[in-house]
This record gives sequence, C-alpha cells and structure tokens, in this order.
Amino acid sequence: MSILIDNKTNIIVQGFTGKFGSFHAEEMIKYGTNIVGGVTPGKGGQKHLGLPVFNTVKDAVKNTGATASILFVPPEFAADSAMEAADAGIKTCVAITDGIPSHDMIRIKRYMRRYSKKDKMTLVGPNCAGVISPGKALLGIMPGHIYMQGNVGVIGRSGTLGYEAAQQMKNLNIGISTSVGIGGDPINGCSFKDILEKFEQDDQTKVILMIGEIGGPQEVEAGKFAKQNISKPIVAYIAGLTAPKGRVMGHAGAIVSAYGESAVEKTELLKECGVTISKNPSVMGETVKSVLNGKNIQS
Amino acid sequence: MDIHEYQAKKILSSFGIGIPRGGIAYSPENAEYKAREIGGSKWVVKAQIHSGARGKAGGIIICNSALEVAQATDKILGKKLVTKQTGPEGKIVHRVYIEEATDIKKELYLGLVFDRSSECIMVVASTEGGMSVEEISKEKPESIIRSKIEVAVGMQKFQAREIAFGLGIDPKLISRTTEAIIGCYRAFSDLDATMVEINPLAITKDEHILALDCKMSFDNNALFRRNQVSELRDKSQENPNEVYASDRGLNYVSLEGNIGNIINGAGLAMASMDMIKLAGGEPANFLDVGGGATPEKMIKAFKLVSQDEKVKVILVNIFAGINRCDWIAEGIVQALEKIKIDMPLVIRLAGTNVEKGNKILKESKIKYIEASTLEDAANKAVAALKKLKN
Repeated sequence: MSILIDNKTNIIVQGFTGKFGSFHAEEMIKYGTNIVGGVTPGKGGQKHLGLPVFNTVKDAVKNTGATASILFVPPEFAADSAMEAADAGIKTCVAITDGIPSHDMIRIKRYMRRYSKKDKMTLVGPNCAGVISPGKALLGIMPGHIYMQGNVGVIGRSGTLGYEAAQQMKNLNIGISTSVGIGGDPINGCSFKDILEKFEQDDQTKVILMIGEIGGPQEVEAGKFAKQNISKPIVAYIAGLTAPKGRVMGHAGAIVSAYGESAVEKTELLKECGVTISKNPSVMGETVKSVLNGKNIQS
Repeated sequence: MDIHEYQAKKILSSFGIGIPRGGIAYSPENAEYKAREIGGSKWVVKAQIHSGARGKAGGIIICNSALEVAQATDKILGKKLVTKQTGPEGKIVHRVYIEEATDIKKELYLGLVFDRSSECIMVVASTEGGMSVEEISKEKPESIIRSKIEVAVGMQKFQAREIAFGLGIDPKLISRTTEAIIGCYRAFSDLDATMVEINPLAITKDEHILALDCKMSFDNNALFRRNQVSELRDKSQENPNEVYASDRGLNYVSLEGNIGNIINGAGLAMASMDMIKLAGGEPANFLDVGGGATPEKMIKAFKLVSQDEKVKVILVNIFAGINRCDWIAEGIVQALEKIKIDMPLVIRLAGTNVEKGNKILKESKIKYIEASTLEDAANKAVAALKKLKN
C-alpha cells in the first residue's frame, strides 16, 4: 500500500486548462497517474488533453468518480476551489498554489469542520510540491524519476529539499512508500502529525523521514504525538540553522517568532521525543539507511 | 509588510481606537507648525522608522515648547537610528510624528497575532504595558491574558469584556475598553493583518483610553486585495538589496556572512546555508530563485549577489526537477556572459540530466569549482574563502 493516492485513485485537475494545469497534468499522466478529467468553470463539455472538462467539481465527481484533486488555481481563487472540492466529496486535495492569504487558509479549515472525520477531505499544501506514491501515482509537480518505490514515508515542507532527500535515498538504493509535501505556509492543510498518523496505518511504510524547517509549532507537536502514538522509527532534519529571528526565509511560514521555533530548539525538542536526527542535510539518506538497517537487525 | 506608527494609528483610529492628537512632519519648520496646530504645552517628537525600542536609541524626545519641537526634529531627521530590532546597520529617519503629551495613569499591553497552533486569532493582553511582550512573558507571565478568537464568528463582546475586566479596568471605562479591543480585532481581520500591537495602551489621568504606540504588520500574500495597505509601504525602511530582489520576484534576505548564495527552493536554500555554517563559514544571504531558475532569474540573481560588498565567494546550488540541468547550465553560462564575477564561484547541480549540465559548464569559459553534493559544495566554498584570506 501507500498513503493518500495509488494507481487506482481517480484524479481530477482543478484549473485544468490553464498553462500550469495543462503542463503538469501531462507530466502526471506520463507518470501513469490516473487523471480522469478536470474542472474549469465555463469550459464544461469541452475536451482537454483528451479528457472531459467540467464546470463544477460536483459534476466532475458525479461523472468520473474522482476522489482526489490537484489545484492549479491562482491564489485569489484558491480558497474557493479548495472548499468546492471538500463539498463535492473529494477525499485528498493537493493545493500547489503559492501565495494564498493566511486569513483564507483559516477560512478553509473552519469550513471543513462541518464534515465528520470520516468524510473530511485531506488538504495537502498549499505552497507545496504535492504527493507521490512512487511507481503508482504522482499528484504534484515533482520530478517522478528521482523517486524509487520502497518503505520510507517522507513528509516535508520544501519542494527541492524533498527532491534532495529522494535523490540521496535513491543513490543508496532506498525507496519511498509515499512522499507528502505539506507546504511552507504558516497556516496549511494537513500537518506533520496528520501524515504521521496515516503512515503509522500503512503496511508498506517502515521508517518515516520528516523534513521540517524553522517557524511554527508543527514539527515539535508531531514529535510529541509520535512519542505516544507512532511505533515506526522517525528520522528528522530541521532546516534553517542560520536564519535570524523575525525574518521570513522564503516560505511565508519560515519565521522564528517564539521559543521552540528555531532549528536548534526544534532539533533538541525532537531528540527528547525519541526522533533520530540527521546531523546535516547531506546525510538524510545515510541516516535513514542506518535506521532501516537497525530495524532489520532488531526484527 | 510593516508600516509606520503614525500610519497604524490612523488605521486604528478609523476603527474606533482613541489616539492622542498628532501630525506628521518632514522638517523642523513643519514640526513647529504642527505643534502649534495641535496645541497644548507639551509634545512628543517621535522618529518614524520600522522598529520598536526607539526611545533608548534617542528617537523619542519630549518637548516643552514649539521651539523645542523644531530643535528635536532637527536633531532626529536624517539620523540613522540603531535599535535592538534594526540590527547594526540601523534605519534612517525621514519623518517624525509630533504628538500631544499624555498624562498617563496606567499602561497596558494589547496585541493580536495568528496562533499557528490553534489556527485562531489570539488576543494577548497584560497589565504590564510599556515593556516588550518578550520581557512581560519572562518577568510577569502571570499578568498575561490570552483569548482565542474563532474567525468564523468573529470576536464577541463578552470576550473583549473578559479581557477588560481581567486587566482590572475601572467599571466606568469597561465599555470604552471593550470597544477598543473589538476595534483592533476588526482592523486585524478586515485588513488581512498578521499583527496588531498597542504598547502601551494607556489609561490617562482624565480617564481616556489611548493607543500611545502601535505597530501593524500585514500579510504580503493578501496585498493584492488591500490597495489602501500596499500604498503605505515605505521602501526606504527596507534593505536596498531586498527591495531590488522583491521587485524582481526573487526571495532574498541579507545576512552578515561573506559566502553569497544562489539556490532554488526555500528549503534547499536554508539547508545549503546550514551546510556552510557547519563547514565553518557564514552565509551572506538567503536567495531563492524559485523552482524554475530561468536564465533571466539567474542573471538577476548573479547581479544581486555580486553587488553585495560583503560577498567574497559565491555558491550556486540548483536541484533540477521538472527543469533539466543542461538547460540550467546554459542559463548560468548566459548569465555569466552578462555579469562579470571576479571571485571564486562554486557550482553544484543535481537532479535531471546532471551529467549533461556539468559537461556544458566544463566546456564553457566560466571559471568555477565543480561540486557534487551539498556537503562538497559547502566545503569547497569555505575552502575557497580561506584560500583568499591567506
């Protein structure tokens, strides 16, 4: 298995006919992802890339049986599209869009409170590279070929640092069950903790790699949760050792504003939770390897 | 985005928060005129820079005559103020705010921020106004009152009332304090703010509630729908290289070290800088050229980093995802034909078509040091720097 998506997941693209939507839809289809159509309001009934276009997400879900979607919608309309997906019964929605206002993100999350846990959509992102279950499906903008299929679950905020980790692991012949980019915004859809819970339930995943960064409480909250609730070993790296306090480092959420949000503090707090720390970003792969081997010896 | 104190006061006043009478001035004559216009017999001249802690840096002067106001303005205008928050480079004062002095009975603290843990708007209040919130939480943590506001329904009167009573406000003033707190919440929520801070919020001897100093910051991602906020931006308060970068769609933060960075992706940029630090160097900047790393962006990036006088070595680290390294290498070659770099240059390419990319660089006329991994790149950059020093 893998989490969130596999080769059977029916997927639609929101913002399908736009430049980015079209380009990445083609890349995803080339990877073998089961894209079944898309949504662009006002273009319903047309065909794009040989697939049907719908006016609303509800129409798309009704006609294609889609359970997952990916958003390539400009920031000013993205919150609306995410809520539309939730209401149409989409289970996993990846928001690639960078630049959604924080007030809008809070609105989306409040809106989704109306659904029971069972019916609630998992919103991945925004401002992320997406989700990939190597060898099965790609719901994102990452280069599929650097991801090898295997037993490591990856959760990270950054796109390119996630690619770096995937490449390091591939070089050591280590594969990935699913890699989830949760994005660099201060208020995001699912958290490190939400994805840890899913990896804990997944048979394919043996070790979890968390790639965090400065700012916000999520990495440490996930560590504390893991100490009580996650049986699988976790490796983590926190980027941003050199970031000065109070400055935004590229990602809107990468800002140290309180105790426990700097790289050094987060690393220390995660260690206390029993997480194995990758001592620098160049050895994320090696650290995962040693943990994987250690586990094999024990079992 | 940050704005000046006088701009924040004007906004908050339009949401019903009381402020002392005041006016902005650009010259001593202008300041003297404003003081007479405001009236009274005591004024405060306040340097307008994007920083708190201005008092200790000599940016706030109390005056007893309009003439003194002019003299104080003359002293502050054009001066570079170095405060705890500006860093050693300081900020230049281009305008001053003249305000009537207030007889204060009690100073309170009131702040609103996003709470990333509960994803609510958090109101923080304390009876210990005048100190920074960090100092309050260290020295008088028991004085802090916190209240989470559910954005879907907004702030309720009872929540504001609880805060007001918690602050020990005189019953006669409760309804006015409640209105001020709700006004701050509305300003925060209506204008896409990320922070509103009134410190101190003063109770005056004549029983008024006034915002004596305040600060507001706004969500850059929401500026597209907040023209009235965007136009308050004062670029003179920002680092010139950072302004140059943000106007060109690059994410740049100036730092203290001497190894310049050009990297794609914020996380990879932070990780590369970590490696520089671990290798014994210090980064001169954070620079994310974006996932794309197009030749146009690379030209701008090289220009930006090489014009920084601190920079002695440049490190380029690009992970090609959907792009290909050969295409990025061509972009680097094109950029370096336009921008002359006369310092050591370390380039690390990774990802799609890395061999082709490295081949293009090798066969070009560029003088550079090739690196293979994150660690290798950082070590080579630090080694190149050490060689320069010897």
